[in-house]
Amino acid sequence: MNTDRVSEKRWLRPLTGWLCLLAILILPAFVLKSLYMLYLASLTCIYIISATGLNLILGYAGQISLAQAAFMGIGAYSVGIFAVKCSFWLALALGAIIAFVLGLGLGYPSLKVKHHYLAMVTLGFNIIVYLVLMNEQEVTGGPYGIFNIARPKVGPLDFTSDAGYHVLIAVTTVLTLFVAYWILNSQWGRAFKGIRENEIRAEMLGVNLRNYKLMAFAIGSAFAGIAGGLLAPLLGYIDPTIFNLGFSFYFLLMVIVGGSGRFEGPFIGAIIVTILPEVMRVAERLYFVLFSLSAILILIFMPKGLTTVWDWLFKKVAGREAPQLTK
Amino acid sequence: MKLLETTGLKKYFYELPALNGVEVHVEKGELLGLIGPNGSGKTTFFDCVTGVLRSSGGKVFFKGQEITHLKPDAIYKMGIGRTFQLVELFPQMTVLDNMLLGIQESQGTMFGRLFKIKENGNRKKALDLLEFLRISPLKDEYARNLSYGQQKLLDLGMVLMSDPELILLDEPIAGVNRSLVREIIDHVQELNEKRGCTFVIIEHDMPVVMNLCERIIVLDYGEKIAEGGPKEIQNNERVIKAYFGG
Repeated sequence: MNTDRVSEKRWLRPLTGWLCLLAILILPAFVLKSLYMLYLASLTCIYIISATGLNLILGYAGQISLAQAAFMGIGAYSVGIFAVKCSFWLALALGAIIAFVLGLGLGYPSLKVKHHYLAMVTLGFNIIVYLVLMNEQEVTGGPYGIFNIARPKVGPLDFTSDAGYHVLIAVTTVLTLFVAYWILNSQWGRAFKGIRENEIRAEMLGVNLRNYKLMAFAIGSAFAGIAGGLLAPLLGYIDPTIFNLGFSFYFLLMVIVGGSGRFEGPFIGAIIVTILPEVMRVAERLYFVLFSLSAILILIFMPKGLTTVWDWLFKKVAGREAPQLTK
Repeated sequence: MKLLETTGLKKYFYELPALNGVEVHVEKGELLGLIGPNGSGKTTFFDCVTGVLRSSGGKVFFKGQEITHLKPDAIYKMGIGRTFQLVELFPQMTVLDNMLLGIQESQGTMFGRLFKIKENGNRKKALDLLEFLRISPLKDEYARNLSYGQQKLLDLGMVLMSDPELILLDEPIAGVNRSLVREIIDHVQELNEKRGCTFVIIEHDMPVVMNLCERIIVLDYGEKIAEGGPKEIQNNERVIKAYFGG
């Protein structure tokens, strides 16, 4: 009886945590009156998904990738092209699957090259995807892109309104975060960290580098595919310029500013990188300079990202180290 | 019973021979010493056996099965564990996680590992081993915060997690505080006597090697120059010449 109660409580705490997170992410749909602010909230959720995928590749498995925007493009174009032919959900799943498979392919160079060489390979992949989207006009619409990407309806549930679509994005964000949390708390998470910390030693303890590296790339890319698939109906229009190289650097910034290798890092990073430029718009033409300067200062004074502030505050208040959300 | 056997093992770095036709066999349950001056090929021998380096020639057999070109992860899963001259840990992981990584890949399938969250059995085993190595109070400490001697013990503990049949120790007491040296030696002896672990030990501390090992192999310039009991090795002229010149 007692054991049952204990195990019941063990489930209750994380469940409450996840429900609270869901409530926080859904809240803007009900409280924000400004459509632009709601759009920013939706965009932040989408960025959280993609940045969490990159964090899995970079922060946990220690492999650099500058192709997150390309995988978002693949997800977005899958929805843009296939949602009218089948359903939004199938198109979203297809985008994630295509990104997963291409992520596997992109993971192969990571078995041979490392660090900045790998960054160059993934950067090249981003450019290739951009060029394909730009030049395969019959399929992708080329530089004109794809218009009127509809938002989905599921029976009586209508996600076509801005608030309704935000709810859908928030629920998907929580679901994908839960998947990431599950993976990182399983033995895979430990193997990923082992590869990041000491690749040779990990291999000497039986970790199959090929399988784990490929899976990190594939899963991280699939997350970007889902994020892209959600982005297309949010914007209603997509073209190749959205998914350029600069967009990939944007996700790199989110992961590093938030805290690479920390589960909550991309969450914080995505919020800061999306909201900060908006706050700084008061500085008019100087806003981008100020934003870049802020990012530089954060990286100089908090090389482990903004999670440092959270850790410091937690220690100050609770008198002990902040708990790690993953292994 | 021969646990490990190498036949004509060669490793060349460009034109330079690091191993030149080395023939070694390790009997089950023995404590074998592998000594030689710096640059004689001892660590290269370990690297070739464990798959870190691809050998240039010759063959490696473990329990009669050829493992010459297998990858390090496959060799570890077959039952050969190894520690390093300079400790190789996962500094930003806790001591307990370092230990658990030492066993998880030897169990089940990769897909199955995705659903292993609790690991109660492995956790108990890790805690027992940490207790045995007398570093259990440090279980939640990051590996980077341990002293060098404690890191050496953790290095050994990680390997012991998967119960390997053969353990290759590369200078296990180098740079370790004298008080910890005795402890490490005691652990090795206890593991050998009580658990039947087979060891090959590279070590420069001659009194330790002579007291600990029943049989010793001496390498020089990548070649085996002597093999025998401690007394025999101490009086071997080629060994004396290799160490003291002349």
